[in-house]
Amino acid sequence: MSATAEHADHHGPIAWPKDPQYGLATPGKIAMWLFLCSDAFSFAGLLLAYGILRGGSKHWPPDPSLKEPILGINFTAALTFLLICSSVTMVLAHAAAVEGNRKKTAQFLALTILGGILFLCGQYQEYWGIVGHGLLHEGLHFGASHYANTFYVTTSFHGMHVFSGVLYLTVILVRTLMGKYDHGKHDHIEIVGLFWHFVDLVWILVFTFIYLL
Amino acid sequence: MELQPIHPEPTSFIRKWIFSIDHKVIAKQFLWTGLLFLLFGGTLAMLIRWQWAFPGQSVPALGPVFFKDTGGAITPPTYTSIFTMHGLIMIFWAITPILIGAFGNLTIPLMIGARDMAFPKLNMYSYWAFFISAVLVILSFTSQLGAGNAGWTTYPPLSTNVGSPGWGQTFAGLGIFVTGLSSIMGGINYIVTVIRFRAPGMTWFRLPLTVWGLWLTAILNVLFVPVLGSGALLVTLDRLAGTHFFITGGAVGLKGGDPILFQHLFWIFGHPEVYILILPAWGIVGDVLSFFARKPAFWYKGSVFAMIGVTVLSAVVYGHHMYQTGMAPMLGLAFEILTLAISVPAVLLFVNWLNTIWRGSVRKTVPMLFALGMVFVFGAGGLTGLLLGTISTDIYLHDTMYVVGHFHLTMAAASFLASFCGLYFWFPKMFGRETNPLLGKLHFWGSVIFITTTFTGQLLAGYSGQHRRLYDPFQYDYITHLRDINRWTSYSAFMLFIAQIPFVINFFYSVFAGKKTKENPWDVPTLDWVACSSPPVYHNFDVVPTVVRGPHELGNPEVKKALGKDWISQTEEMPGEDLAHAAAAE
Repeated sequence: MSATAEHADHHGPIAWPKDPQYGLATPGKIAMWLFLCSDAFSFAGLLLAYGILRGGSKHWPPDPSLKEPILGINFTAALTFLLICSSVTMVLAHAAAVEGNRKKTAQFLALTILGGILFLCGQYQEYWGIVGHGLLHEGLHFGASHYANTFYVTTSFHGMHVFSGVLYLTVILVRTLMGKYDHGKHDHIEIVGLFWHFVDLVWILVFTFIYLL
Repeated sequence: MELQPIHPEPTSFIRKWIFSIDHKVIAKQFLWTGLLFLLFGGTLAMLIRWQWAFPGQSVPALGPVFFKDTGGAITPPTYTSIFTMHGLIMIFWAITPILIGAFGNLTIPLMIGARDMAFPKLNMYSYWAFFISAVLVILSFTSQLGAGNAGWTTYPPLSTNVGSPGWGQTFAGLGIFVTGLSSIMGGINYIVTVIRFRAPGMTWFRLPLTVWGLWLTAILNVLFVPVLGSGALLVTLDRLAGTHFFITGGAVGLKGGDPILFQHLFWIFGHPEVYILILPAWGIVGDVLSFFARKPAFWYKGSVFAMIGVTVLSAVVYGHHMYQTGMAPMLGLAFEILTLAISVPAVLLFVNWLNTIWRGSVRKTVPMLFALGMVFVFGAGGLTGLLLGTISTDIYLHDTMYVVGHFHLTMAAASFLASFCGLYFWFPKMFGRETNPLLGKLHFWGSVIFITTTFTGQLLAGYSGQHRRLYDPFQYDYITHLRDINRWTSYSAFMLFIAQIPFVINFFYSVFAGKKTKENPWDVPTLDWVACSSPPVYHNFDVVPTVVRGPHELGNPEVKKALGKDWISQTEEMPGEDLAHAAAAE
């Protein structure tokens, strides 16, 4: 029997090529990894700009006469911790999906979304101030110095990622509740998890470079 | 290999021809758009050449229509817009869509035996994002203050409001940003498709070189376009939002930014970009030379590893564009060594091409001629590049017409000839009709002769010291004696433009009234020709083929003895052979 007849229609998955390296990853997962590499390079571009501008300045903040506020570390460290916690709930959501527990998956996804929303609220607090004054009020004006520009561009670029992550997670949550990911079809939950962990990981870098250093 | 069910073909006009998810239709959309922009960019080039031959004189035909206010002459600001938009349009809206958009979409699924791309909808978004970027770049021309005019590299401070006020440059920058999104979407799609959608038996080293070239290009696109994106984003903020990442000097007082920073962001992308444009060309030419020399591609694996080597090295040589920025000599030296190192895999490829045609039974078809032409101009361009990669000579040649001649030979002329090589080669596959070989040969000889003379003229003028981008070069005493060579170069450029007329006639005639093609008019062994009809059905393959051998099984005496023809297809077994079954049982 020739192989062509064996694979006659290819309506079902076939075990060729036996490619152990790629055999288990779905196209969607590979695509997400590629997108994350791509996205990492866009963050790298912004952080490179930050590094070169900061390295080229005698002082940081570059113009002491502007009396720009120093970024508060404690509050943002709490936000960082919050984001890491949301990554943990994301892992638990995926684990629950692997177990086939729809309710638990939905709960953990909802917790992850909550973490994202709280982070965005924290960023709003930091910029504009819900309680007390925000950085804008304290004198960190967009356009005034490289210190302010790099801060706002990089953190808001990350904030947009958190925002789109929250939207993405919400879509996945709704589809989970509709039962689309039952019976072992949890690939999409893993993929949204990849994106969410990336957003988290990038934040740790942003936090380190912009706030801590 | 993924599950690939056969979907019914869409019937409505909009789903079939406009918002199509069929990779073959998307390939044609990229092709038509790219060809239109090629004509547009080419016309801009003619205006530049007119200006260098007859500075400030009224342009015949086009002048009275487009430059009424000046009696048909090109003014300095218009001139800067013209050369800026020529570069941008040719790179991002002509060569990229034809070479990567059209051939990538057409050939990848057909050559690897897939029924469509991994993500057909993403593919559609990729084209329509490209279309939006094309609209943005055209809007750039509607600005009262002129279209983008900071040079194709959009260096600040020229590209900030200080150097180019008005929305012309803004729209050009946004266009670059959006076309970058399109490239990333396309790139992810290509990479995943090649990884997961190869037909049974299509191992990595049975892929045609075309697929290798396009795959490596896609990787470079996915990794480095976002860096350009962040650069374009920061420039746009500088223009619109009052930041000063790149603006420096009097305009912003003491808090000045760093224009060199943009050059880093730009060339981190920009150098891989030249390989983004040439890798698919290398792939296509590598295959076509083998097909029409009726010999296997010489040292196939060597060519593949050379292309991989170029891909890796291309990421670490960008500094050679910035020798003149006052970088540390040690760093310059490092970039010089890496730059010259990249010529090793490039020469390896070149030698493999020569060895492929060496003592082959060359069939002088139109695609073969274009492939040979590409080898010739790429060789010439590559040799002239050594003088630019070496710091001691680059210091003298930097920013001269020599640079322009060099990168046109490598990046423009070689990609151009490879594009037409691919177009004539896959024309029967795309449209089910044959092109006229006589008009094709006329097109080839006109193109290759005048490409060579035009860009050699630029090399000579540059070597004599003529700077690029001068509005009227001859107002400088030391350039006046170059007036003649500039004129002759311009005449030859005009002839190059005229030489495209046979192609236009041929293309339109053949699309609608060409001779119906045979299934495999070129007698080549790859899946796109042997496993599906011309043009292919909506789902490409009724039965996904099983691949049993490499893509260049030509001129094998054993095959000739057994089958009476000089080639055997990628899916065909020799009498008594049971490769497919043996491989499946592995």
